[in-house]
Amino acid sequence: MGRYVLRRLLQLIPVFIGTTFLIYWLVWSLPGDEFSGKCGDRPCPDSYINLMKEKFNLDDPLIVQYGKYMLNLLQGDFGETFRGIEVGDLIAEAYPNTIRLALVALAIEALIGLTAGILTGLRGRGFLDNLTLVSTLFLISLPVFVTGFVLQIVLGFELGWIKTTVSASPAPWEQLIVPGFVLGSLSMAYVTRLTRTSIAENKRADYVRTAVAKGLPQRRVVGVHLLRNSAIPVVTFLGTDLGNLMGGAIVTEGIFNIKGIGNLVYRGILGKEGLVVTGVVTLLVMVYLLSNLLVDMLYAVLDPRIRYD
Amino acid sequence: MPTNTAQSTVDSEGAGPDPAAPLLEVDDLYVEFRTRDGVAKVLNGVSYRVEAGETLAVLGESGSGKSVTAQTVMGILDMPPGHITGGAIRFHGENLLAATDRRRREVRGSGIAMIFQDALSALNPVFTVGFQIEEQLRIRRGMSRKDARKRAVELLDLVKIPNAKGRVRQYPHEFSGGMRQRAMIAMSLALDPEMLIADEPTTALDVTVQAQIMDLLKEIQVERNMGLILITHDLGVVAEVADRIAVMYAGRIVEQSDARSLYRKPGHPYTLALLDSLPRLDLKGAELNTIKGLPPSLLNVPPGCPFHPRCPRVEDVCKTDVPPQHRLMPGRLSACHFAEELIAGD
Repeated sequence: MGRYVLRRLLQLIPVFIGTTFLIYWLVWSLPGDEFSGKCGDRPCPDSYINLMKEKFNLDDPLIVQYGKYMLNLLQGDFGETFRGIEVGDLIAEAYPNTIRLALVALAIEALIGLTAGILTGLRGRGFLDNLTLVSTLFLISLPVFVTGFVLQIVLGFELGWIKTTVSASPAPWEQLIVPGFVLGSLSMAYVTRLTRTSIAENKRADYVRTAVAKGLPQRRVVGVHLLRNSAIPVVTFLGTDLGNLMGGAIVTEGIFNIKGIGNLVYRGILGKEGLVVTGVVTLLVMVYLLSNLLVDMLYAVLDPRIRYD
Repeated sequence: MPTNTAQSTVDSEGAGPDPAAPLLEVDDLYVEFRTRDGVAKVLNGVSYRVEAGETLAVLGESGSGKSVTAQTVMGILDMPPGHITGGAIRFHGENLLAATDRRRREVRGSGIAMIFQDALSALNPVFTVGFQIEEQLRIRRGMSRKDARKRAVELLDLVKIPNAKGRVRQYPHEFSGGMRQRAMIAMSLALDPEMLIADEPTTALDVTVQAQIMDLLKEIQVERNMGLILITHDLGVVAEVADRIAVMYAGRIVEQSDARSLYRKPGHPYTLALLDSLPRLDLKGAELNTIKGLPPSLLNVPPGCPFHPRCPRVEDVCKTDVPPQHRLMPGRLSACHFAEELIAGD
């Protein structure tokens, strides 16, 4: 296991270099002049442009620019925006909101998805099963922005039960429940279906029958023998999904005006703030890769038949 | 003998354990599977009894109902689709089919235990072998973790697993096929059952290991004076260990006898055909005898004797009348219209 983890960690280095370069190159080759509109109605004065070009090494060849950026990044310096705000500070401000939103979404999808999946999986065909299948199909086929806007309009504007926007930072937990539901709804539907199938498949398994034949109480047969096995694919899915959720949610954060990382990237792209976009996306790539590594390790812990070496 | 007693109900005598009664008695058991394609009559009046220290071999092809009988005895039949439509299962005289769920659970493992055909799928892949033995002791006997671990090692020692102390911490997939079946046996013995049901315990194993496992089972049975039901389709296995044999066909017991007389003189054409289909050294090179045709679909059992379409001795009466159980001698039954002639003839 140790050697496997080390190998996976070493694999992160080329991925890190590759992604950062790709992003850096893409961001700075976006069409359009990064200084248009930066100085009000007038074009920016030459002195300002020259200053900025020197500060951001814009006259160097791309590869040299990238090299200089990486040197700073490795020292923990994400650089500055054109207005002189530290990108590191922007990330530190936005990321807690994204993490909170991700945790709320994960909690909702795990709680509701697992409960519905276990109940329908154990009971089999029936009203509850049909209801779950239809409602998950409904959620899966709805795009997130539809769910988001509908809930915002109905619960926020019409009924007045929730605040329509969450502008505070750090975002209060209770205001994140509905956005978290919106963000997690698709995965919640998948978790439900995955759990349902997994339970239904395993409940007829030979080892479940053995557990009954041993005279164990029903509670223990289901709670220990059946759930432990059925949980393997579901936990793996939830782990991967946490990696996705941590990547921020441009649409959900946009609808509810949550000042998270998705919002930051979006504004960065609009304002041609190359360093913001590069910094944030690099961070997200690393978070995603590390969370995938964690999921793979978790998989080996859950299923002893899987060994890495 | 009734041909169809779907309306007969499970008998509900509520008697407690009776020391004089046989250890296990299956009495006129009817089970059917209600499926989309119709009702499959899986068991049609199965009766047998097993005393302490006795080995009953239940012999039959796939789908003859031998495993379903065992699962009904254990109370692990999938219901639905299974439905018990008649009969009784008495353990020490107590009808288990009328017992509460709680009482049935008490009997499982400590009264009657079961080992399964494929130990790899019957053991839970994500728990250690030790855990799976210990959990019965902890839950059912209230033992501490430490005592249960000690007992688990003793049990693995008992079934002759080398290095039991280290093995107890391993997972089922780290065991070889034979060792896994030994672990399964150890697990079934954890609560000192009086009765053990072995459902094709050696089918998934290679021949040398089969013999070792059978020897082990026999040894443990004698030592503990357990009743043993051995479900198998392997006549070779049966000959060595069984005291009595019940041959099943299409959900019925067609012949029941002590092992020695059955091998010497089968009392049912089906048993005769089974014995004839064994490979024999003195007929090396000759084509193997087989039983022509296939077992009947249980959704649509032929009228009369269910074996008649494949029977070499078939006569008109076989096509219309279900043969009753003929008592050939004490402890010897055959469900064939011509049982007496079979025994008497050549």
